[in-house]
Amino acid sequence: MKVIYPLIAVVFLGAIAFAGVSAGLDYLFGVIIPYFSLLIFLVGFIWRIYDWVKSPVPFRIPTTCGQAKSLEWIKKDELESPSGFWGVVGRMSLEVLFFRSLFRNTKAEMTPNANLAYGSSKWLWIAGLVFHWSLLVIVLRHYRFFLSAVPGFVEMLESTDGFLQVTLPTLYITDLLVVLSATFLVLRRLASAQMRIISLSTDYFPLFLILAIVFSGISMRYLEKVDIVAVKLLIHGLTSFSAEAPGEIGAIFYVHLFLVCVLAMYFPSSKLMHMGGVFLSPTRNLANNSREKRHINPWNPEVKIRTYAEYEDEFREKMIKADLPVEKTE
Amino acid sequence: MKTNPPELSELTAEYELAPSLLKGDSPGREWLDIPVVFQDGNWCHAAKPDVIESLGFNNPRKWSPENEDWQLEKGWQKIVLDGMKERLGQFRSFKLFMDICVRCGACSDKCHFFLGSGDPKNMPVVRAELLRSVYRHEFTWSGKLLKGIVGARPLTEEVLKEWFMYFHQCTECRRCSVFCPFGIDTAEVTLVGRELLNLAGANINWISKPVSDSTRTGNHLGIEPHTFKSVVESLAEDIEDQTGVTVNPTFNRKGAEILFITPSGDIFGDPGIYTMMGYMILFEHIGLDYTLSTYASEGGNFGYFTSNQTTKKLNAKMYHEAERLGVKWILGGECGHMWRVVHQYMDTMNGPADFLEEPFSPITGTKFRNATSTKMVHIAEFTADLIHQDKLKLDPRRNDHLKTTFHDSCNIARGMGMLEEPRYVLRNVCNSFNEMPEHTIREETFCCGSGSGLNTDEYMDIRMRGGFPRASAVKHVKDKYDVNALVAICAIDRASLPPLMNYWNPGVSVYGLHELVGNALVMEGENERTEDLREDEMVDFEPEGPVREEDE
Repeated sequence: MKVIYPLIAVVFLGAIAFAGVSAGLDYLFGVIIPYFSLLIFLVGFIWRIYDWVKSPVPFRIPTTCGQAKSLEWIKKDELESPSGFWGVVGRMSLEVLFFRSLFRNTKAEMTPNANLAYGSSKWLWIAGLVFHWSLLVIVLRHYRFFLSAVPGFVEMLESTDGFLQVTLPTLYITDLLVVLSATFLVLRRLASAQMRIISLSTDYFPLFLILAIVFSGISMRYLEKVDIVAVKLLIHGLTSFSAEAPGEIGAIFYVHLFLVCVLAMYFPSSKLMHMGGVFLSPTRNLANNSREKRHINPWNPEVKIRTYAEYEDEFREKMIKADLPVEKTE
Repeated sequence: MKTNPPELSELTAEYELAPSLLKGDSPGREWLDIPVVFQDGNWCHAAKPDVIESLGFNNPRKWSPENEDWQLEKGWQKIVLDGMKERLGQFRSFKLFMDICVRCGACSDKCHFFLGSGDPKNMPVVRAELLRSVYRHEFTWSGKLLKGIVGARPLTEEVLKEWFMYFHQCTECRRCSVFCPFGIDTAEVTLVGRELLNLAGANINWISKPVSDSTRTGNHLGIEPHTFKSVVESLAEDIEDQTGVTVNPTFNRKGAEILFITPSGDIFGDPGIYTMMGYMILFEHIGLDYTLSTYASEGGNFGYFTSNQTTKKLNAKMYHEAERLGVKWILGGECGHMWRVVHQYMDTMNGPADFLEEPFSPITGTKFRNATSTKMVHIAEFTADLIHQDKLKLDPRRNDHLKTTFHDSCNIARGMGMLEEPRYVLRNVCNSFNEMPEHTIREETFCCGSGSGLNTDEYMDIRMRGGFPRASAVKHVKDKYDVNALVAICAIDRASLPPLMNYWNPGVSVYGLHELVGNALVMEGENERTEDLREDEMVDFEPEGPVREEDE
């Protein structure tokens, strides 16, 4: 169920676009929905970030993963237990760009004589890294459709990405990698009992959706060619707010575009928001300097404590008898 | 009838033979469909009504988790959900961690309770889902709309029971958060989960009673001032009997330079008392001008396992007393969660401590720049500095009867980043120190299985399971290097690791770091030492000759 429902949902979504465009709803799928989804994405994304940020960070709670700054002769680990701003920048960069924490991953095993052993386990890290970086490169490559003159960095990306120079048009290595890594990410959820039990339908849905987007994109490039000039015209129209749906692009393009729109609309309300959330995580983005610099809790509550005076009032006699100093002798 | 804890052979057979999720066997159903069953050994006694009343918490009553009816008050769901909403607005961590988990599974086999039980709900991701599912149902439109399809479920009494069970099978050790690509910290979820349980009136006595006692008497064990004094003085007498050196601890003394606060377990619990003796010998050796307080007579803070307001209330005594006594700064003993609170919460909650001075060692002159605001220094930092500046006369051979390994306490490692200081001290006070295998020490250290207020006897089944990963790592060095001494810098470790070792690794004893310091210190005017502080025979060595091996 957790797997089938999202799969059906993605197929259904693709079919909607296909049927819609076949029925002549080019303008709806080519213009209205893209604008609408972009609006949802932007407003939703900003809202979610705002919603998180408006909850304060009352305590300084970094998870320290290395030696803290301490006595001068003890070597500190600035990236794993940052003592200041630049350490935090370093730690966050490693986290965001290279998935540092995931790199640590181990797999625990119960040995036959009931002991535990821990092996290094880097597959998730590799697949995750490949998946995310490939997606980024692919998104950047799409920049060429938005401009009449292709910017230099995109050309550079394209030539690097296509260095294999096999197939015609040249195979982009990231197309291959994103398919492989996303497939791996789906299969690993299905292959292990632990992963099956923790996975929700909302974990499969975005993977299927992204795979469908990738496949429709790939088929446009390598198999079912679409009219690139018409695509560019449409996109230029969209970016200059003078959009008219051009006629014959090919239904597969609209399927691709519509699924991207669905992804954009789905994004803000989903776990995909980890893209923004990773920057806000208080266990990673704070310096471990809470004894050196006072951290302020904006809602620090007034709490009634048991004062020393109250304590002495209760125990004064016993304290005097035991020769303990007291504030008041009576 | 199953015993609590199970016979060792039974549990070992279960680990070896029984199918388990850890070994890749599917439980055959979704975690949502696995019912919560309370049985001997997997639940802690409910907090007694007088305790709850004295603390002013909700719904004091006589009840038991194993009863069908928990006698929750009418409208408890609203109380809990309102509480959840309030906390979503107070803690960005909590809100964020409800939203951004992608269930990648990196955390799933990192929890000691999962490794020791194979229970799917002990995978950190699922532990958070216990709460997240309700969060989705109440606070997200997709959850309201699509319910179970997106993993949302309403708050029922069954769910509350599940929370009670599994937020007491999390010791807030943060090991999972080390591995999470977004730094999701289950401790943040459990902390809130326990606050919500507290609002619903589902408290455990092992936590609430110490909170109530600590409020009244200043320490978890409920020891009144005159008894506190006489117990410490009897430890001083023991020191005199064994070493011939007189130590004179003072109490509530105004004008002392330093206020020393340590967990009450060091003063009243075996083997913690030997660590306390170690502190006193050290302070005598260096002539430290310090005082103990009978009012701030507790370093630990079981309030931290209850709610953030209760944490603040109990913690406030430290600064309150330091100000009253007019000391310059505070020195803190060996304890795990005490230091999590002191390091990451105290200054924020109860500071600024501008009536204190920036801490510096009166012996070496070293300024503890990492504590300039909080003005509280950890004893391991303090002693490491003393040794580094060559201010201590140490004979590590006096610990030659001990082959040691070091257990990083969770809070010290992952909530403070103190990894090297205790190791430096340990290497200088003993000659045999062997690390446990990688992935079980430093920032990847395993909890003792009884942290966060769970070290109670009725909970032995869960504790022996939760402590299994730690025990398994100790077994490794026991077999390989004949390790017989597990050194820890945490009072809960000192209370909970001995039964864990007796169960899994008989022959391994548990020591505090400063107990070994106390053994190794060569005091002026001391008797010839042939026994350590717990009156175990030291091995023979020539009293003359080099007293301290070269630093590495």
